[in-house]
Amino acid sequence: MSASERFLANSMETVMGSAVVNFVNTTLNWVMFALDAPSARAVVFGVHIGGHLFIEVFLLVVILFLLSQKSYKPPKRPLTNKEIDELCDEWVPEPLIPSLNKELHYEPPVLESAAGPHTVIKGKEVINFASANYLGFIGHPKLLDSCSSSLAKYGVGSCGPRGFYGTIDVHLDCEARIAKFLGTPDSILYSYGLSTMFSAIPAFSKKGDIIVADEGVHWGIQNGLHLSRSTVVYFKHNDMDSLRETLENITVKYKRTKNLRRYIVVEAVYQNSGQIVPLDEIVKLKEKYRFRVLLDESNSLGVLGSSGRGLTEHCGVPVEKIDIVTAAMGHALATEGGFCTGSARVIDHQRLSSSGYVFSASLPPYLASAAIAAIDILEENPTLITKLKNNISLLRKELSKISGITIASNPESPIVYLRLEKSTGSVKDDLRLLENIAERVLKEESVFVVVSKRSTLDKCRLPVGIRLFVSAGHSESDVLKASESLKRVTASVLGG
Amino acid sequence: MIAIPYLTALTTYFSYGLLFAFGQFRDFFRKIFDWCSSNNLQGYAPICLGLEDFYIRRLYLRIQDCFGRPIASAPDAWFDVVERFSNDSNKTLTRTDKLSRCLNLGSYNYLGFAAADEYCTPRVVETLKKYSPSTCSSRVDGGTTELHNELEECVASFVRKPAAIVFGMGYVTNSAILPVLMGKGSLIISDSLNHNSIVNGARGSGATIRVFQHNVPSHLEEVLREQIAEGQPRTHRPWKKIMVIVEGIYSMEGELCELPEIIAICKKYKVYTYLDEAHSIGAVGKTGRGVCELLGVDTADVDIMMGTFTKSFGSCGGYIAGSKELVHYLKHACPAHLYATSISPPAAQQIISSIRVILGEDGSNRGAQKLAQIRENSNFFRSELQKMGFEVLGDNDSPVMPIMLYNPAKIPAFSRECLKQNVAVVTVAFPATPLLLARARICISASHSREDLIKALQVISRVGDLVGIKYFPAEPAKQQDTSKKFD
Ligand SMILES: Cc1ncc(COP(=O)(O)O)c(C=O)c1O
Ligand SMILES: Cc1ncc(COP(=O)(O)O)c(C=O)c1O
Repeated sequence: MSASERFLANSMETVMGSAVVNFVNTTLNWVMFALDAPSARAVVFGVHIGGHLFIEVFLLVVILFLLSQKSYKPPKRPLTNKEIDELCDEWVPEPLIPSLNKELHYEPPVLESAAGPHTVIKGKEVINFASANYLGFIGHPKLLDSCSSSLAKYGVGSCGPRGFYGTIDVHLDCEARIAKFLGTPDSILYSYGLSTMFSAIPAFSKKGDIIVADEGVHWGIQNGLHLSRSTVVYFKHNDMDSLRETLENITVKYKRTKNLRRYIVVEAVYQNSGQIVPLDEIVKLKEKYRFRVLLDESNSLGVLGSSGRGLTEHCGVPVEKIDIVTAAMGHALATEGGFCTGSARVIDHQRLSSSGYVFSASLPPYLASAAIAAIDILEENPTLITKLKNNISLLRKELSKISGITIASNPESPIVYLRLEKSTGSVKDDLRLLENIAERVLKEESVFVVVSKRSTLDKCRLPVGIRLFVSAGHSESDVLKASESLKRVTASVLGG
Repeated sequence: MIAIPYLTALTTYFSYGLLFAFGQFRDFFRKIFDWCSSNNLQGYAPICLGLEDFYIRRLYLRIQDCFGRPIASAPDAWFDVVERFSNDSNKTLTRTDKLSRCLNLGSYNYLGFAAADEYCTPRVVETLKKYSPSTCSSRVDGGTTELHNELEECVASFVRKPAAIVFGMGYVTNSAILPVLMGKGSLIISDSLNHNSIVNGARGSGATIRVFQHNVPSHLEEVLREQIAEGQPRTHRPWKKIMVIVEGIYSMEGELCELPEIIAICKKYKVYTYLDEAHSIGAVGKTGRGVCELLGVDTADVDIMMGTFTKSFGSCGGYIAGSKELVHYLKHACPAHLYATSISPPAAQQIISSIRVILGEDGSNRGAQKLAQIRENSNFFRSELQKMGFEVLGDNDSPVMPIMLYNPAKIPAFSRECLKQNVAVVTVAFPATPLLLARARICISASHSREDLIKALQVISRVGDLVGIKYFPAEPAKQQDTSKKFD
């Protein structure tokens, strides 16, 4: 920049500077004039209207004006119909289902007779360890009698939900019978075991509430947790320290939140592992941290406790301490459907708020009669439970001699759960080995055992295994034969 | 759309307002009372929060005797309703031993299979003896018997699809299948009045849900175009897949689905269709094959056909029918197939036998008669109700016909008066319907005789006059005609 240029620039600045000063001065003068104007000295209702009020009003108007303007947005041009047509034409949906690969080949065996302790598959009689017929009630004459008289009186289906003439007197009798058996004030029947939990949980736990659940719970519960939209925290499978820690953390975190409903959800006997939850521990923790407990007794009802009243009896916990008890009746009771039992308030609430109860046809009456009959038989024959216990311990004793597999279930559990001692490292390979064992045991030894299956939707990550459902209907020789067969086949599969 | 008379809307709002105000008033005093007596929750939050059970305490309990009436016989054309009484102003109801024989206009017994049947019942009892009531096992373990496979084949050929899979409950069928097929990044477009099981399944799936106006194909198209053009929210990625879910007959409206138009739209936009035939399968169509047959839709155009056995077949359970690949996949992935107890064998036998009767495979023409009967009954009943001046919803041929009541006070009045005259009807109110649109619902059965229907019409007409729900003027000329018939 040359000197002359610099001079020019400087003088420009001074000129411009003085212009600005001039402008400000004149404006100020004008404003002062305005303020000095007679009106500015006006007195309204005895209040002097000072000049600054004018400025304030002016500013207010400016602010309002600015606020009323929309902030700048790029002009929105909606898609033309032609463009939408093109987009629709171009869109390629994924196939409805993924392409089927070879792994999906499993075909379950087809039973040709009732699924009792002995059944017929491909014309051959086999010993059945695949049905949760814990008390051997399948084919029990009293059960069949009650069903046939119910069928004669009521027909098969109920043709309506409970609210709309689908309530049949046997439903009410069955609910009362269950409540009486378990010593609870009331109970409510569901028409399917699976729907019991996934309807009951969302009825009580809503958005914002907190549920602490075991990570090994079965899919029905998982679905209920999801549908409730509550905050769900999982703790380590059957690990009370992990539960305590979780409860502690939650209590601290939500100390200030009022009216927060808090639940612990556990299964009495876990379908996915055969573990039994230490209920006395749970009750201590629940009372300390003020949580309610939902307990699924599907696999413990009719099995645990000296008279088959389930885990509460087994652990010596009064049933009132458990807020909500649910169970599927498709196991020990050898019928179908499910129930929930608890205080009158808990039950009445479900009658209007539980979607699987309100929006579905009620349980076919003959199945409700079967449940009543099953409970009657159980109460008359407590020795069935002793028989079942003996079978379980005998089977465990024999199976523990097999090398290569371990028993992962609780000693009292009616589901005896066998896992590979040494995992191959991949779930798929483990599964293949186990399936191989199960298939050969059925084919060569006529003993029907099954490997646990996992749906792709199931979030449970516990290892898979062979499940044996022990029944009081099995004879000692059945149990011995099963363990012998498993021993032979396992040795051949794992050894070879 | 239902056009509500202005005055009716006003009085209805007023009644609910009054109920609400009184309820709140009583709640207020209860709160004070509770506050004075010591709090016994000991640090637990109440299990039902205030407003959640406000409706139950203050509205439902007052009229709870109109719902859940126990019966003591099969839900046939006539059944025994157990009388109940209450000593604490309807808070609890106690059963008595007294029965009253009533005409059943409430059960979904469309074809009359709820009662003992000469063909079905002996076979069901035989199956019970052979297989017991339960398998105590899931389908993939020890729960598949020959009967289950037979049932699946039978259902597939009945609904004209290559394959089918059955479950022990209709509700679970919907709510466990949708999560298998749809997930994050998929879109479910659902009719606004779809059944709760579909809503639950859709929510459980994690897919995005959009709703189109009840049974309006043009709105469906609008939503589809918008969604395909927009893609997923925020990311605007294209949707992975889109499924449109409709029902064959809407059980609260009695309407038939606009299926041909909807299918055409779905084909045009390459989206999948899911048809829930809970109320239509077995009940409509020349051979009972549901709305597809009635409306002339090729079943190949419906990707997933769902239905339940609780209605026309008088049993329990539900099915999904579709391509062989679809069913094969479901059999490996669907949690209800993997974990739930398989459908009870006697119930399965009831379905097989009733389908045989419907198709005439039992060697008689009873099935065809039943189908002709339900159609004739439904159309007769509907037209007579309309002639009397009731506001009846739904389409011809549909066996479900809601009669509009509107006012909350008319719900118990209609229900109790009908029951007094030995006609059992179902009344439906909020939350099953919108607040203003309370209704009574009639379900016609093939087992109703003409005399039954005429008796029902007489009673409903009388009660209708009493309660004041004939919102339209009666048709004078024909009215005489029918009244002659009734004499
Ligand atoms: C459309 C629809 N889908 C599913 C269901 C559920 O069927 P279910 O009663 O067999 O559980 C119903 C029953 O009311 C229904 O109306
Ligand atoms: C799948 C599905 N269908 C239908 C509905 C009901 O829609 P609307 O809110 O219009 O009653 C919902 C609502 O959540 C839904 O999720």
